[in-house]
Amino acid sequence: MQRYEQAVWSETDGPRYEPLLAEKNERTVGVQERSSLPDDVTRDSVTLPELSEPELARHYTRLSQMNYGVENGPFPLGSCTMKYNPKFTEDLAALPDAAVHPDRSAGSTQGTLAVYAKLQDYLGRIGGMDAVTLQPPAGAAGEFTGILVARAYHEHNGEGDRSEVIVPASAHGTNFASAVMAGYEVVELSPGDDGRVDLDALEAAVGEDTAALMLTNPNTLGLFERDIEQIAELVHDAGGLLYYDGANLNALLGQARPGDMGFDVMHFNLHKTFATPHGGGGPGAGPIGVTEELADFLPAPQVRDDGGEYELYEPAHSVGKVHGAMGNWLVLLKAYAYIERLGDHGLADTSSKAVLNANYLESQVDLDVPFGPFHHEFVASAGDQDAADFAKRMLDYGVHPPTTKWPEIVSEALMTEPTELESKDTLDQLAEAFNAVADEDEQSLSTAPESTAASRIDQTNAARNPRLSWHDLE
Amino acid sequence: MSQQIQNTGSERRSEGSPYAPHTAADVEAMLDAIGAESVDDLFDVPPSVRFDGSFGIEASSEQAVVRDVSDTLAQNEQLTEFLGRGRYNHYVPSAVDDLSSRSEFLTSYTQYQPEVAQGFLQALFEYQSMLVELTGLEVANCSMYDAATALGEAALLAARVRSTSGSQVLVSDLVREERLSVLENYLIGNDMTVATYPAEDGITEQATLADHVTDETVMVYAENPTAIGTIQEDLAAVGDIADEHDALFCLGTDPVALALLEEPAAVGADVVVGDASVLGLSPAYGLGLGLFATREDYLRQVPGRLVGASEDTDDRRAYTLTLQTREQHIRRERATSNICTNQAWVALRTAMHVAWLGATGLVGLAEECVQLPRELAAEVDDIEGVTAPVYDRHHFREFLMETHRDAEQVADDLEAEGFAVHAVDEHRIQVCVTDANRHERSEFVDAVEEVVA
Repeated sequence: MQRYEQAVWSETDGPRYEPLLAEKNERTVGVQERSSLPDDVTRDSVTLPELSEPELARHYTRLSQMNYGVENGPFPLGSCTMKYNPKFTEDLAALPDAAVHPDRSAGSTQGTLAVYAKLQDYLGRIGGMDAVTLQPPAGAAGEFTGILVARAYHEHNGEGDRSEVIVPASAHGTNFASAVMAGYEVVELSPGDDGRVDLDALEAAVGEDTAALMLTNPNTLGLFERDIEQIAELVHDAGGLLYYDGANLNALLGQARPGDMGFDVMHFNLHKTFATPHGGGGPGAGPIGVTEELADFLPAPQVRDDGGEYELYEPAHSVGKVHGAMGNWLVLLKAYAYIERLGDHGLADTSSKAVLNANYLESQVDLDVPFGPFHHEFVASAGDQDAADFAKRMLDYGVHPPTTKWPEIVSEALMTEPTELESKDTLDQLAEAFNAVADEDEQSLSTAPESTAASRIDQTNAARNPRLSWHDLE
Repeated sequence: MSQQIQNTGSERRSEGSPYAPHTAADVEAMLDAIGAESVDDLFDVPPSVRFDGSFGIEASSEQAVVRDVSDTLAQNEQLTEFLGRGRYNHYVPSAVDDLSSRSEFLTSYTQYQPEVAQGFLQALFEYQSMLVELTGLEVANCSMYDAATALGEAALLAARVRSTSGSQVLVSDLVREERLSVLENYLIGNDMTVATYPAEDGITEQATLADHVTDETVMVYAENPTAIGTIQEDLAAVGDIADEHDALFCLGTDPVALALLEEPAAVGADVVVGDASVLGLSPAYGLGLGLFATREDYLRQVPGRLVGASEDTDDRRAYTLTLQTREQHIRRERATSNICTNQAWVALRTAMHVAWLGATGLVGLAEECVQLPRELAAEVDDIEGVTAPVYDRHHFREFLMETHRDAEQVADDLEAEGFAVHAVDEHRIQVCVTDANRHERSEFVDAVEEVVA
């Protein structure tokens, strides 16, 4: 297989990395002589890099060339759903009309509010939910908001003493932290032998303390929780609410809807399912959908269409706000355009191709893959090899590795999600990389990667001896 | 019809997603390899919950969507905004738009494989470094959602480091109510409460704050500049009062103001929060970037992501996400926060904008934020029936003006004249002026004169 050559910036006699801005040129500027403010409210000086625009352009262009994105090659990070981001949505987000200040009057921002209201409506239809808020600025913020809404609902019904949220081990790590932030104790549910929720274990766990069960479906093993109707019944009979983690919704678009499965509240990861760029770790957006019973508890303000005029209102028992403004608007706008582009058929086809690709790739990989059948992602085991080492060698083949060592249910896990956007040829190339690495011995993997901007980075030292700004490097 | 439009010029593709590359032959070959009859057979969903309806969303060509969304957004009125209160419009250089849009940045993910993410990691390290320089504190994370959620995270940090006593967060009543609401929600799991202390004469007065702070207080929060644009004097006294009660002092501000105003560390701030996207991004209907910096003592309590410097096996300097045991993917319910995806790309843009300005440019922009409201306030103050600024203080970007007319009506009338302002209460209007709207100042003054008369 062909090895990958990532750009490495080096100077023959100097350090072999792209120098920091501060090392290129730094200037200290006296503040008090440049300010009309009295000295007792101002600082003495500011020290920052100072470069010409051409120097800056080269700096950031070089940095970009030492970075791997979806357009560099396959990026099958399980659960993160890294798909191609259509270009036209960027143009729409750059329109001056999209840049209005959030304190503008409703009357003067009818265009923005129209997109808001329409996206709320689309997401409600896609999720099978009665009401949607677009305010949470990320998936984890959506989880937190969803659990806040559930909490407010229970309190409103005189059931505020429900104190537990049940989370299966196959859920996302964020579920646990989000439930704690909302004031709940987390009860972790071990999976059954088939990797799915064990109904007996669930029955033993639910009770009058249960506020909610947070479920990812398909779960992080890529498995559909086939007993979803019985799960919903168990939770609802105990008076709890069923929360849908939308991280894996890309596998179900147009095939099944959380609302139809009995979920009461859900979040959407717009950056995963609706192809908005991940931007190196955000911004994302995490709208939540709820059933009619929970609609009055949604964050404020909400947007509604009042006979052709869009207006803002506060739901009757609103939990208040979870973001200072209206959430990550530009992400919402891009997702709206993506949904309009695909329509019913395109959305359903997205899931079909995502599931086809995952199953095909799995069929071509010579690694042990416990559990099945899979939807959009599968979790292979690196077996005797260290999954982290395995991943580093994959980088040498120019493919971004899967998510490693998660979920812990599978030893040396490689959680792999190719998405609908890879061609058969690319999947064959990915499988070839998997299989080539699987044939190597652990000793040779320990020196990987060899063809990237940096060789293996010492993460232990980074944590033991934190150097978090250029001051720490002096 | 719509399906035909989608597939124009690309007959090799099967119907459906315009971005999926599969040909019909590919699908056949792949199904053969899997040993399945059809793609439908791959779905392990019980028939009782299979969705066989329609969303009623029709697919459109790219051109049609661009037209539809552009036309819809064009329904927004063209107004010159004199709005601020925490969201500010500064000119963003084209270099920021262009360089940040390089797909290697835009389409990448969180830097879990640092060997192929050195570019983004270095950029975030530089962002952290700029905030360390501007705040004087030792640690800055590499982004939160926005100022309000960063404030919530600061209060959670205070709760953790002061867990033995106290349950109150004390906040100036000048703080926007949206921020207070977010703060209250962030504290819901900790049985903590939020109390406010009144601002006097447009700022936090030492004596008033001292009357309100108690041993129950775990954090005192003040903003500089305040939400009405006033610049706080004797900020160190606020820090001293917090310190006397063993409470954290959390300061709300932004990177432009920090270029000029006293260093937060020098006035005793333990945590600095705010919206850093005032550089790098338009107000974007509220899409922001939470700034978060703190003292080294609290390093292991910091929420969100941190980039650290290290070395690779060839002893070259290299960067990596670090101290990840604070994060939810390892510690789960004991994590410092649930943050994972947040605003890395906005942080990249902010760092680019700071770098583009340089120290000279940033200080110059900040001084402009002092001069412009001073000049504009003096101009509207000359109008009969208008008093500005309401508080005789130094201002940053914005100020209050008072008229005898009803403020809401004045705001409505100004909107009809093409200007957006914020009505604060019965008779007071807030006005924000920066490099982005300064060219409309005289038209604005004329409009104020017209509607107030």
